[in-house]
Amino acid sequence: MFLTAGIIQTALETGLIYGLVALSLFISFTILNVCDLSTDGCYTLGCAVGALVTLSGHPVLAVFASIAAGVLSGFITGILQTTFRVQSILAGIIVNTGLYTVNLAVMGFKSNIAIFGTPTVFSLWKGLSDGAFWQEWSALILLLLLAALLVLVLHFFLGTRLGLSIRATGDSSPMVRASSINPGFMIVVGLCISGGLTGLAGSLIGQYNKMSDINLGTGMVTIALASLIIGQTFSNRSIHMLWKLVSVLIGSMLYRFIISLALRLNVPTEAFKLVSALIVAVAIAAPQLRALLSIQRKRSAELRARAQRKGK
Amino acid sequence: MLTIDHISKTFHPGTVNEKRALDHVCLTLHDGDFATIVGSNGAGKSTLFGAIAGSFYPDEGFLELDGQDITFVREHNRSKYIGRLFQDPLMGTAPHMTIEENLAIAYLRASAHTSFISRISARDRAFFREQLALLGMGLEDRMKNPVGLLSGGQRQALTLLMATMVTPKILLLDEHTAALDPATAVKVLDLTKRIVAERHITCLMVTHNMNQALELGSRTLMMDAGRIVFDVSGEERRGMCVDDLLERFAASSGAAFNNDRILLSTETGE
Repeated sequence: MFLTAGIIQTALETGLIYGLVALSLFISFTILNVCDLSTDGCYTLGCAVGALVTLSGHPVLAVFASIAAGVLSGFITGILQTTFRVQSILAGIIVNTGLYTVNLAVMGFKSNIAIFGTPTVFSLWKGLSDGAFWQEWSALILLLLLAALLVLVLHFFLGTRLGLSIRATGDSSPMVRASSINPGFMIVVGLCISGGLTGLAGSLIGQYNKMSDINLGTGMVTIALASLIIGQTFSNRSIHMLWKLVSVLIGSMLYRFIISLALRLNVPTEAFKLVSALIVAVAIAAPQLRALLSIQRKRSAELRARAQRKGK
Repeated sequence: MLTIDHISKTFHPGTVNEKRALDHVCLTLHDGDFATIVGSNGAGKSTLFGAIAGSFYPDEGFLELDGQDITFVREHNRSKYIGRLFQDPLMGTAPHMTIEENLAIAYLRASAHTSFISRISARDRAFFREQLALLGMGLEDRMKNPVGLLSGGQRQALTLLMATMVTPKILLLDEHTAALDPATAVKVLDLTKRIVAERHITCLMVTHNMNQALELGSRTLMMDAGRIVFDVSGEERRGMCVDDLLERFAASSGAAFNNDRILLSTETGE
Protein backbone atom coordinates (compact mmCIF):
# COMPACT_ATOMS: atom_id res chain seq x y z
CA MET A 1 0.00 0.00 0.00
CA PHE A 2 1.30 3.39 -0.99
CA LEU A 3 -0.12 5.24 1.99
CA THR A 4 -0.21 3.15 5.15
CA ALA A 5 -2.54 3.85 8.05
CA GLY A 6 0.50 4.86 10.04
CA ILE A 7 1.44 7.55 7.54
CA ILE A 8 -2.09 8.91 7.44
CA GLN A 9 -2.24 8.90 11.22
CA THR A 10 1.02 10.79 11.56
CA ALA A 11 -0.05 13.26 8.88
CA LEU A 12 -3.29 13.94 10.76
CA GLU A 13 -1.57 14.27 14.12
CA THR A 14 1.23 16.57 13.02
CA GLY A 15 -1.24 18.34 10.71
CA LEU A 16 -3.37 19.23 13.69
CA ILE A 17 -0.39 20.51 15.67
CA TYR A 18 0.93 22.58 12.76
CA GLY A 19 -2.67 23.60 12.16
CA LEU A 20 -2.53 25.59 15.39
CA VAL A 21 0.33 27.65 13.93
CA ALA A 22 -1.75 28.08 10.77
CA LEU A 23 -4.61 29.31 12.95
CA SER A 24 -2.20 31.72 14.58
CA LEU A 25 -1.29 33.08 11.14
CA PHE A 26 -4.97 33.16 10.23
CA ILE A 27 -5.39 35.68 13.04
CA SER A 28 -2.32 37.79 12.34
CA PHE A 29 -2.07 37.51 8.55
CA THR A 30 -5.68 37.12 7.41
CA ILE A 31 -7.70 38.84 10.10
CA LEU A 32 -5.37 41.58 11.31
CA ASN A 33 -3.68 41.97 7.93
CA VAL A 34 -0.32 42.13 9.69
CA CYS A 35 2.84 40.32 8.59
CA ASP A 36 4.11 38.70 11.77
CA LEU A 37 7.41 36.95 11.10
CA SER A 38 8.12 36.11 14.73
CA THR A 39 6.37 32.76 14.25
CA ASP A 40 9.60 30.74 13.86
CA GLY A 41 11.10 31.95 17.12
CA CYS A 42 7.82 31.90 18.98
CA TYR A 43 7.24 28.27 17.99
CA THR A 44 10.68 27.25 19.22
CA LEU A 45 10.08 29.25 22.38
CA GLY A 46 6.90 27.27 23.03
CA CYS A 47 8.79 24.05 22.48
CA ALA A 48 11.74 25.03 24.68
CA VAL A 49 9.60 26.30 27.54
CA GLY A 50 7.36 23.24 27.19
CA ALA A 51 10.31 20.85 27.33
CA LEU A 52 11.81 22.64 30.32
CA VAL A 53 8.59 22.65 32.34
CA THR A 54 7.80 19.06 31.34
CA LEU A 55 11.17 18.02 32.75
CA SER A 56 11.05 20.10 35.91
CA GLY A 57 7.32 20.37 36.52
CA HIS A 58 4.32 18.77 34.90
CA PRO A 59 3.49 18.29 31.20
CA VAL A 60 0.06 19.95 31.56
CA LEU A 61 1.65 22.88 33.35
CA ALA A 62 4.16 22.95 30.46
CA VAL A 63 1.33 23.50 27.97
CA PHE A 64 0.09 26.54 29.87
CA ALA A 65 3.62 27.85 30.40
CA SER A 66 4.23 27.65 26.63
CA ILE A 67 1.00 29.49 25.90
CA ALA A 68 2.04 32.21 28.35
CA ALA A 69 5.48 32.46 26.73
CA GLY A 70 3.86 32.73 23.29
CA VAL A 71 1.48 35.42 24.48
CA LEU A 72 4.41 37.38 25.88
CA SER A 73 6.27 37.09 22.59
CA GLY A 74 3.18 38.26 20.68
CA PHE A 75 2.75 41.10 23.14
CA ILE A 76 6.29 42.36 22.53
CA THR A 77 5.84 42.15 18.74
CA GLY A 78 2.53 44.00 19.11
CA ILE A 79 3.92 46.77 21.31
CA LEU A 80 6.82 47.29 18.88
CA GLN A 81 4.35 47.64 16.01
CA THR A 82 1.84 49.90 17.69
CA THR A 83 3.38 51.99 20.46
CA PHE A 84 6.79 52.28 18.82
CA ARG A 85 5.53 52.26 15.22
CA VAL A 86 8.07 49.69 14.01
CA GLN A 87 6.97 48.27 10.66
CA SER A 88 5.20 44.98 11.19
CA ILE A 89 7.63 42.87 9.16
CA LEU A 90 10.60 44.46 10.92
CA ALA A 91 9.02 44.04 14.37
CA GLY A 92 8.58 40.33 13.70
CA ILE A 93 12.15 39.93 12.48
CA ILE A 94 13.54 41.78 15.51
CA VAL A 95 11.59 39.62 17.94
CA ASN A 96 12.49 36.50 15.99
CA THR A 97 16.19 37.32 16.17
CA GLY A 98 16.04 38.10 19.87
CA LEU A 99 14.13 34.93 20.58
CA TYR A 100 16.96 32.80 19.23
CA THR A 101 19.12 33.75 22.21
CA VAL A 102 16.17 33.56 24.58
CA ASN A 103 15.38 30.05 23.34
CA LEU A 104 19.00 28.96 23.80
CA ALA A 105 18.94 30.39 27.32
CA VAL A 106 15.70 28.58 28.14
CA MET A 107 17.35 25.32 27.06
CA GLY A 108 20.36 26.05 29.26
CA PHE A 109 22.54 27.14 26.28
CA LYS A 110 22.31 23.74 24.66
CA SER A 111 21.10 23.43 21.09
CA ASN A 112 18.65 20.65 22.04
CA ILE A 113 17.15 18.89 25.03
CA ALA A 114 15.47 15.51 25.10
CA ILE A 115 12.53 14.68 27.36
CA PHE A 116 12.60 10.91 26.93
CA GLY A 117 11.48 8.97 29.96
CA THR A 118 9.34 11.77 31.38
CA PRO A 119 5.56 11.67 31.07
CA THR A 120 4.04 13.97 28.43
CA VAL A 121 0.44 15.04 27.89
CA PHE A 122 0.28 12.34 25.24
CA SER A 123 1.60 9.56 27.49
CA LEU A 124 -0.65 10.64 30.37
CA TRP A 125 -3.68 10.66 28.05
CA LYS A 126 -2.70 7.31 26.55
CA GLY A 127 -2.46 5.83 30.04
CA LEU A 128 -6.15 6.46 30.65
CA SER A 129 -7.07 3.14 29.05
CA ASP A 130 -5.37 -0.11 28.08
CA GLY A 131 -7.55 -0.90 25.08
CA ALA A 132 -5.72 -1.60 21.83
CA PHE A 133 -7.73 1.01 19.95
CA TRP A 134 -7.02 3.65 22.57
CA GLN A 135 -3.31 2.83 22.60
CA GLU A 136 -3.21 3.32 18.86
CA TRP A 137 -5.37 6.43 18.40
CA SER A 138 -5.28 8.31 21.71
CA ALA A 139 -2.89 11.01 20.50
CA LEU A 140 -5.04 11.77 17.47
CA ILE A 141 -8.19 11.87 19.62
CA LEU A 142 -6.53 14.23 22.08
CA LEU A 143 -5.39 16.54 19.29
CA LEU A 144 -8.79 16.43 17.57
CA LEU A 145 -10.54 17.33 20.82
CA LEU A 146 -8.08 20.12 21.49
CA ALA A 147 -8.35 21.51 17.94
CA ALA A 148 -12.16 21.34 18.05
CA LEU A 149 -12.18 23.13 21.39
CA LEU A 150 -9.84 25.84 20.12
CA VAL A 151 -11.84 26.35 16.93
CA LEU A 152 -15.05 26.70 18.93
CA VAL A 153 -13.48 29.11 21.40
CA LEU A 154 -11.98 31.19 18.57
CA HIS A 155 -15.30 31.18 16.72
CA PHE A 156 -17.08 32.39 19.83
CA PHE A 157 -14.41 35.00 20.49
CA LEU A 158 -14.41 36.42 16.95
CA GLY A 159 -18.13 37.06 17.29
CA THR A 160 -17.79 39.03 20.52
CA ARG A 161 -17.49 42.79 20.57
CA LEU A 162 -13.73 42.51 21.14
CA GLY A 163 -13.37 39.90 18.38
CA LEU A 164 -15.42 42.00 15.95
CA SER A 165 -13.25 45.01 16.74
CA ILE A 166 -10.10 43.00 16.02
CA ARG A 167 -11.55 41.86 12.68
CA ALA A 168 -12.57 45.40 11.77
CA THR A 169 -9.06 46.64 12.60
CA GLY A 170 -7.64 44.45 9.84
CA ASP A 171 -10.47 45.22 7.46
CA SER A 172 -10.90 48.99 7.57
CA SER A 173 -8.75 51.14 9.81
CA PRO A 174 -10.49 54.51 9.14
CA MET A 175 -13.77 52.92 10.13
CA VAL A 176 -12.24 51.58 13.30
CA ARG A 177 -10.88 54.94 14.35
CA ALA A 178 -14.27 56.52 13.67
CA SER A 179 -15.90 53.89 15.85
CA SER A 180 -14.02 54.60 19.07
CA ILE A 181 -11.89 51.49 18.81
CA ASN A 182 -8.18 51.78 19.56
CA PRO A 183 -6.56 49.96 16.62
CA GLY A 184 -3.23 49.64 18.45
CA PHE A 185 -4.84 47.83 21.34
CA MET A 186 -6.66 45.49 18.95
CA ILE A 187 -3.42 44.61 17.13
CA VAL A 188 -1.70 43.84 20.43
CA VAL A 189 -4.57 41.64 21.64
CA GLY A 190 -4.69 39.85 18.28
CA LEU A 191 -0.96 39.20 18.25
CA CYS A 192 -1.09 37.93 21.84
CA ILE A 193 -3.71 35.37 20.84
CA SER A 194 -1.72 34.49 17.75
CA GLY A 195 1.47 34.10 19.81
CA GLY A 196 -0.35 31.98 22.38
CA LEU A 197 -1.51 29.58 19.66
CA THR A 198 2.01 29.30 18.23
CA GLY A 199 3.45 28.69 21.71
CA LEU A 200 0.85 25.98 22.32
CA ALA A 201 1.75 24.29 19.03
CA GLY A 202 5.44 24.41 20.00
CA SER A 203 4.74 22.84 23.36
CA LEU A 204 2.70 20.04 21.78
CA ILE A 205 5.26 19.25 19.09
CA GLY A 206 8.00 19.14 21.76
CA GLN A 207 6.02 16.66 23.84
CA TYR A 208 5.00 14.75 20.72
CA ASN A 209 8.61 14.33 19.52
CA LYS A 210 9.95 14.19 23.09
CA MET A 211 12.62 16.73 22.31
CA SER A 212 13.27 20.39 21.72
CA ASP A 213 15.74 21.75 19.19
CA ILE A 214 16.89 25.31 18.60
CA ASN A 215 16.31 24.99 14.85
CA LEU A 216 12.89 23.43 15.18
CA GLY A 217 11.05 26.55 14.13
CA THR A 218 13.13 27.46 11.10
CA GLY A 219 10.83 27.89 8.13
CA MET A 220 7.73 27.38 10.29
CA VAL A 221 6.16 30.57 9.00
CA THR A 222 6.36 29.27 5.42
CA ILE A 223 4.86 25.92 6.38
CA ALA A 224 2.03 27.57 8.29
CA LEU A 225 1.44 29.99 5.45
CA ALA A 226 1.28 27.09 3.01
CA SER A 227 -1.30 25.36 5.22
CA LEU A 228 -3.28 28.58 5.58
CA ILE A 229 -3.34 29.21 1.84
CA ILE A 230 -4.26 25.62 0.98
CA GLY A 231 -7.01 25.79 3.59
CA GLN A 232 -8.34 29.10 2.34
CA THR A 233 -8.91 27.73 -1.14
CA PHE A 234 -11.79 25.79 0.47
CA SER A 235 -13.35 28.74 2.24
CA ASN A 236 -12.65 31.60 -0.17
CA ARG A 237 -16.26 32.30 -0.91
CA SER A 238 -17.66 31.46 2.49
CA ILE A 239 -18.61 34.08 5.03
CA HIS A 240 -18.96 31.58 7.83
CA MET A 241 -16.18 32.06 10.34
CA LEU A 242 -16.50 28.53 11.71
CA TRP A 243 -15.87 27.01 8.28
CA LYS A 244 -12.98 29.39 7.69
CA LEU A 245 -11.33 28.23 10.92
CA VAL A 246 -11.92 24.54 10.19
CA SER A 247 -10.60 24.90 6.66
CA VAL A 248 -7.32 26.23 8.03
CA LEU A 249 -6.88 22.99 9.98
CA ILE A 250 -7.86 20.94 6.94
CA GLY A 251 -5.28 22.83 4.91
CA SER A 252 -2.63 21.98 7.45
CA MET A 253 -3.49 18.29 7.41
CA LEU A 254 -3.51 18.27 3.60
CA TYR A 255 -0.10 19.89 3.67
CA ARG A 256 1.19 17.08 5.88
CA PHE A 257 -0.25 14.58 3.40
CA ILE A 258 1.64 16.21 0.59
CA ILE A 259 4.79 15.99 2.69
CA SER A 260 4.07 12.32 3.47
CA LEU A 261 3.68 11.67 -0.25
CA ALA A 262 7.02 13.37 -0.84
CA LEU A 263 8.48 11.08 1.82
CA ARG A 264 7.08 8.02 0.09
CA LEU A 265 8.54 9.24 -3.18
CA ASN A 266 11.93 9.23 -1.45
CA VAL A 267 12.41 12.99 -1.55
CA PRO A 268 15.36 13.53 0.81
CA THR A 269 14.52 15.19 4.14
CA GLU A 270 16.97 17.97 3.34
CA ALA A 271 14.77 19.02 0.42
CA PHE A 272 11.64 19.51 2.53
CA LYS A 273 12.03 23.24 2.98
CA LEU A 274 12.30 23.59 -0.79
CA VAL A 275 9.18 21.48 -1.20
CA SER A 276 7.31 23.72 1.29
CA ALA A 277 8.49 26.84 -0.48
CA LEU A 278 7.35 25.41 -3.81
CA ILE A 279 3.95 24.47 -2.41
CA VAL A 280 3.42 28.01 -1.07
CA ALA A 281 4.51 29.60 -4.31
CA VAL A 282 2.30 27.31 -6.40
CA ALA A 283 -0.69 27.71 -4.08
CA ILE A 284 -0.48 31.51 -4.25
CA ALA A 285 0.31 31.64 -7.94
CA ALA A 286 -2.27 29.08 -9.07
CA PRO A 287 -5.33 31.36 -9.37
CA GLN A 288 -3.32 33.96 -11.31
CA LEU A 289 -1.84 31.26 -13.51
CA ARG A 290 -5.32 29.97 -14.27
CA ALA A 291 -6.46 33.50 -15.17
CA LEU A 292 -3.49 33.97 -17.49
CA LEU A 293 -4.15 30.63 -19.18
CA SER A 294 -7.81 31.45 -19.72
CA ILE A 295 -6.91 34.82 -21.29
CA GLN A 296 -4.48 33.01 -23.54
CA ARG A 297 -7.12 30.49 -24.53
CA LYS A 298 -9.65 33.23 -25.27
CA ARG A 299 -7.08 35.06 -27.35
CA SER A 300 -6.16 32.07 -29.50
CA ALA A 301 -9.85 31.22 -29.97
CA GLU A 302 -10.47 34.80 -31.08
CA LEU A 303 -7.52 34.68 -33.46
CA ARG A 304 -8.76 31.43 -34.97
CA ALA A 305 -12.24 32.87 -35.44
CA ARG A 306 -10.78 35.93 -37.12
CA ALA A 307 -8.66 33.78 -39.44
CA GLN A 308 -11.75 31.81 -40.37
CA ARG A 309 -13.71 34.97 -41.17
CA LYS A 310 -10.86 36.17 -43.34
CA GLY A 311 -10.71 32.79 -45.10
CA LYS A 312 -14.33 33.24 -46.16
CA MET B 1 -21.63 72.93 22.28
CA LEU B 2 -18.35 72.85 20.40
CA THR B 3 -15.84 75.62 20.98
CA ILE B 4 -12.78 75.94 18.77
CA ASP B 5 -10.40 78.53 20.10
CA HIS B 6 -7.53 79.81 17.96
CA ILE B 7 -6.59 76.45 16.50
CA SER B 8 -3.53 76.46 14.24
CA LYS B 9 -1.85 73.64 12.39
CA THR B 10 1.17 73.75 10.08
CA PHE B 11 2.08 70.66 8.11
CA HIS B 12 5.73 69.90 7.28
CA PRO B 13 7.07 72.90 9.23
CA GLY B 14 10.52 74.10 8.27
CA THR B 15 10.51 72.44 4.84
CA VAL B 16 9.73 73.71 1.36
CA ASN B 17 6.39 71.94 1.66
CA GLU B 18 5.43 73.95 4.73
CA LYS B 19 1.70 74.51 4.69
CA ARG B 20 -0.28 76.48 7.22
CA ALA B 21 -3.50 74.50 6.98
CA LEU B 22 -5.28 76.13 9.90
CA ASP B 23 -4.58 79.69 10.94
CA HIS B 24 -6.07 80.68 14.31
CA VAL B 25 -9.49 79.27 13.56
CA CYS B 26 -12.19 80.22 16.04
CA LEU B 27 -15.67 78.73 15.90
CA THR B 28 -18.51 78.13 18.31
CA LEU B 29 -21.21 75.66 17.38
CA HIS B 30 -24.30 75.66 19.59
CA ASP B 31 -26.36 72.57 20.28
CA GLY B 32 -28.52 71.75 17.29
CA ASP B 33 -26.58 73.99 14.91
CA PHE B 34 -26.28 72.61 11.40
CA ALA B 35 -23.49 74.48 9.65
CA THR B 36 -22.29 73.97 6.10
CA ILE B 37 -18.70 74.78 5.14
CA VAL B 38 -17.57 75.87 1.68
CA GLY B 39 -14.14 76.85 0.45
CA SER B 40 -11.62 76.26 -2.31
CA ASN B 41 -9.38 73.23 -2.40
CA GLY B 42 -6.76 73.49 0.31
CA ALA B 43 -8.74 76.02 2.30
CA GLY B 44 -8.49 73.84 5.41
CA LYS B 45 -11.98 72.33 5.55
CA SER B 46 -10.88 68.73 5.92
CA THR B 47 -8.01 69.76 8.19
CA LEU B 48 -10.55 71.44 10.45
CA PHE B 49 -12.48 68.17 10.58
CA GLY B 50 -9.27 66.31 11.32
CA ALA B 51 -8.59 68.67 14.22
CA ILE B 52 -12.09 68.20 15.64
CA ALA B 53 -12.00 64.42 15.21
CA GLY B 54 -8.48 64.20 16.65
CA SER B 55 -6.59 62.83 13.64
CA PHE B 56 -3.77 65.11 14.80
CA TYR B 57 -3.18 67.51 17.67
CA PRO B 58 -3.18 71.22 16.86
CA ASP B 59 0.02 73.28 17.18
CA GLU B 60 -1.83 75.98 19.06
CA GLY B 61 -5.25 76.60 20.54
CA PHE B 62 -7.78 74.37 22.19
CA LEU B 63 -10.99 72.48 21.56
CA GLU B 64 -13.87 72.12 23.97
CA LEU B 65 -16.91 69.90 23.58
CA ASP B 66 -19.76 70.36 26.05
CA GLY B 67 -17.44 72.10 28.48
CA GLN B 68 -14.85 69.35 28.35
CA ASP B 69 -11.37 70.11 27.03
CA ILE B 70 -10.72 67.59 24.25
CA THR B 71 -7.62 69.17 22.70
CA PHE B 72 -5.42 66.21 23.60
CA VAL B 73 -8.02 63.47 23.86
CA ARG B 74 -6.99 60.66 21.53
CA GLU B 75 -8.91 60.05 18.33
CA HIS B 76 -10.49 56.74 19.29
CA ASN B 77 -11.64 58.16 22.62
CA ARG B 78 -13.18 61.19 20.94
CA SER B 79 -15.07 59.12 18.42
CA LYS B 80 -17.30 57.92 21.25
CA TYR B 81 -19.18 61.18 20.86
CA ILE B 82 -18.09 62.41 17.42
CA GLY B 83 -19.67 60.79 14.38
CA ARG B 84 -17.78 61.10 11.12
CA LEU B 85 -18.52 60.40 7.46
CA PHE B 86 -15.87 60.51 4.76
CA GLN B 87 -16.20 61.36 1.09
CA ASP B 88 -15.06 57.86 0.15
CA PRO B 89 -18.03 55.57 0.87
CA LEU B 90 -15.63 52.63 1.24
CA MET B 91 -13.87 54.13 4.25
CA GLY B 92 -16.66 54.02 6.79
CA THR B 93 -17.40 50.30 6.80
CA ALA B 94 -15.50 47.01 6.98
CA PRO B 95 -16.08 45.24 3.62
CA HIS B 96 -15.43 41.66 4.69
CA MET B 97 -17.74 41.80 7.65
CA THR B 98 -21.50 41.50 7.51
CA ILE B 99 -23.92 44.43 7.83
CA GLU B 100 -24.90 43.11 11.23
CA GLU B 101 -21.29 42.90 12.42
CA ASN B 102 -20.54 46.42 11.20
CA LEU B 103 -23.53 47.76 13.10
CA ALA B 104 -22.48 45.86 16.20
CA ILE B 105 -19.10 47.60 16.14
CA ALA B 106 -20.72 51.03 15.88
CA TYR B 107 -23.07 50.07 18.66
CA LEU B 108 -20.05 49.56 20.93
CA ARG B 109 -20.10 53.26 21.64
CA ALA B 110 -23.32 53.00 23.60
CA SER B 111 -22.63 49.74 25.21
CA ALA B 112 -20.83 50.85 28.31
CA HIS B 113 -23.09 48.41 30.12
CA THR B 114 -22.10 45.39 28.00
CA SER B 115 -18.73 43.73 28.39
CA PHE B 116 -16.18 43.29 25.62
CA ILE B 117 -16.97 39.61 25.32
CA SER B 118 -20.71 40.05 24.82
CA ARG B 119 -22.02 38.93 21.45
CA ILE B 120 -24.78 40.23 19.19
CA SER B 121 -27.99 39.32 21.01
CA ALA B 122 -31.42 38.74 19.53
CA ARG B 123 -32.47 42.09 20.95
CA ASP B 124 -29.54 43.88 19.26
CA ARG B 125 -30.46 42.15 16.02
CA ALA B 126 -34.05 43.32 16.25
CA PHE B 127 -32.85 46.84 16.96
CA PHE B 128 -30.45 46.76 13.97
CA ARG B 129 -33.29 45.51 11.75
CA GLU B 130 -35.53 48.30 12.84
CA GLN B 131 -32.81 50.90 12.24
CA LEU B 132 -31.92 49.48 8.80
CA ALA B 133 -35.57 49.52 7.78
CA LEU B 134 -35.58 53.28 8.36
CA LEU B 135 -33.04 53.67 5.54
CA GLY B 136 -35.62 52.29 3.09
CA MET B 137 -33.01 50.38 1.10
CA GLY B 138 -34.05 46.84 1.94
CA LEU B 139 -30.82 46.29 3.89
CA GLU B 140 -32.76 44.83 6.83
CA ASP B 141 -33.17 41.62 4.82
CA ARG B 142 -29.47 41.39 4.01
CA MET B 143 -28.00 41.61 7.47
CA LYS B 144 -25.83 38.52 6.98
CA ASN B 145 -24.33 39.83 3.73
CA PRO B 146 -20.79 41.20 3.68
CA VAL B 147 -20.80 44.98 3.33
CA GLY B 148 -18.42 44.70 0.36
CA LEU B 149 -21.37 43.55 -1.74
CA LEU B 150 -23.30 46.79 -1.22
CA SER B 151 -23.23 49.77 -3.56
CA GLY B 152 -21.45 53.00 -2.60
CA GLY B 153 -24.74 54.68 -1.75
CA GLN B 154 -25.87 51.81 0.43
CA ARG B 155 -22.52 51.77 2.18
CA GLN B 156 -22.68 55.51 2.81
CA ALA B 157 -26.23 55.18 4.18
CA LEU B 158 -25.01 52.38 6.43
CA THR B 159 -22.09 54.53 7.59
CA LEU B 160 -24.52 57.33 8.36
CA LEU B 161 -26.61 54.93 10.40
CA MET B 162 -23.50 53.67 12.21
CA ALA B 163 -22.37 57.21 12.99
CA THR B 164 -25.75 58.23 14.39
CA MET B 165 -27.12 55.03 15.89
CA VAL B 166 -25.84 56.30 19.19
CA THR B 167 -26.62 60.01 18.97
CA PRO B 168 -23.24 61.77 18.69
CA LYS B 169 -22.57 65.14 20.29
CA ILE B 170 -21.40 66.32 16.91
CA LEU B 171 -21.59 64.87 13.41
CA LEU B 172 -18.89 65.66 10.84
CA LEU B 173 -19.88 65.18 7.20
CA ASP B 174 -16.94 65.57 4.83
CA GLU B 175 -18.60 65.84 1.39
CA HIS B 176 -20.24 62.54 2.14
CA THR B 177 -22.42 62.57 -0.98
CA ALA B 178 -19.81 63.85 -3.45
CA ALA B 179 -18.72 60.42 -4.66
CA LEU B 180 -22.26 59.12 -5.20
CA ASP B 181 -24.36 59.28 -8.34
CA PRO B 182 -26.89 62.16 -8.32
CA ALA B 183 -29.98 60.09 -7.46
CA THR B 184 -28.23 58.24 -4.64
CA ALA B 185 -26.69 61.48 -3.40
CA VAL B 186 -30.16 62.99 -3.04
CA LYS B 187 -31.34 59.93 -1.16
CA VAL B 188 -28.39 59.92 1.25
CA LEU B 189 -28.77 63.67 1.75
CA ASP B 190 -32.48 63.29 2.54
CA LEU B 191 -31.61 60.61 5.07
CA THR B 192 -28.99 62.89 6.57
CA LYS B 193 -31.44 65.78 6.87
CA ARG B 194 -34.06 63.56 8.45
CA ILE B 195 -31.74 61.94 10.98
CA VAL B 196 -30.09 65.22 11.93
CA ALA B 197 -33.46 66.96 12.37
CA GLU B 198 -35.10 64.08 14.27
CA ARG B 199 -32.27 63.70 16.75
CA HIS B 200 -31.42 67.37 16.92
CA ILE B 201 -27.77 66.57 16.14
CA THR B 202 -25.16 69.31 16.02
CA CYS B 203 -23.67 68.98 12.57
CA LEU B 204 -20.83 70.32 10.42
CA MET B 205 -20.93 69.55 6.72
CA VAL B 206 -18.37 70.26 4.03
CA THR B 207 -19.93 70.71 0.61
CA HIS B 208 -18.89 71.86 -2.82
CA ASN B 209 -22.40 72.69 -3.81
CA MET B 210 -23.12 76.39 -3.18
CA ASN B 211 -26.89 75.95 -3.31
CA GLN B 212 -26.64 73.15 -0.80
CA ALA B 213 -24.45 75.33 1.38
CA LEU B 214 -27.21 77.92 1.63
CA GLU B 215 -30.23 75.63 1.67
CA LEU B 216 -29.12 73.04 4.17
CA GLY B 217 -28.89 73.70 7.87
CA SER B 218 -28.95 76.94 9.73
CA ARG B 219 -25.54 78.44 9.17
CA THR B 220 -22.94 78.77 6.41
CA LEU B 221 -19.20 79.09 6.91
CA MET B 222 -16.65 79.91 4.26
CA MET B 223 -12.99 79.02 4.62
CA ASP B 224 -9.94 80.33 2.84
CA ALA B 225 -6.23 79.84 3.50
CA GLY B 226 -6.83 78.16 6.84
CA ARG B 227 -9.20 80.79 8.18
CA ILE B 228 -12.95 81.12 8.46
CA VAL B 229 -13.50 84.21 6.32
CA PHE B 230 -17.23 84.34 6.40
CA ASP B 231 -19.89 83.13 8.82
CA VAL B 232 -23.55 83.79 8.14
CA SER B 233 -26.79 82.62 9.73
CA GLY B 234 -30.34 83.68 10.48
CA GLU B 235 -32.09 86.45 8.55
CA GLU B 236 -29.04 87.53 6.59
CA ARG B 237 -28.48 83.96 5.34
CA ARG B 238 -32.08 83.51 4.27
CA GLY B 239 -31.79 86.52 1.98
CA MET B 240 -28.61 85.29 0.28
CA CYS B 241 -28.18 83.73 -3.11
CA VAL B 242 -25.18 81.95 -4.58
CA ASP B 243 -23.87 85.08 -6.29
CA ASP B 244 -23.91 86.96 -2.99
CA LEU B 245 -21.87 84.16 -1.48
CA LEU B 246 -19.30 84.29 -4.29
CA GLU B 247 -19.10 88.04 -3.98
CA ARG B 248 -18.54 87.82 -0.26
CA PHE B 249 -15.80 85.33 -0.91
CA ALA B 250 -14.00 87.63 -3.33
CA ALA B 251 -14.33 90.47 -0.85
CA SER B 252 -12.93 88.53 2.09
CA SER B 253 -10.14 86.69 0.38
CA GLY B 254 -9.18 89.28 -2.21
CA ALA B 255 -9.39 86.69 -4.97
CA ALA B 256 -12.01 85.05 -7.13
CA PHE B 257 -13.26 81.63 -6.24
CA ASN B 258 -10.92 79.14 -7.82
CA ASN B 259 -12.82 75.92 -7.65
CA ASP B 260 -14.29 74.51 -10.84
CA ARG B 261 -16.45 72.07 -9.01
CA ILE B 262 -18.11 74.80 -7.02
CA LEU B 263 -18.59 77.04 -10.03
CA LEU B 264 -20.04 74.14 -11.98
CA SER B 265 -22.37 73.20 -9.19
CA THR B 266 -23.71 76.76 -9.05
CA GLU B 267 -24.70 76.52 -12.69
CA THR B 268 -26.43 73.17 -12.54
CA GLY B 269 -28.16 74.31 -9.36
CA GLU B 270 -28.94 70.87 -8.06
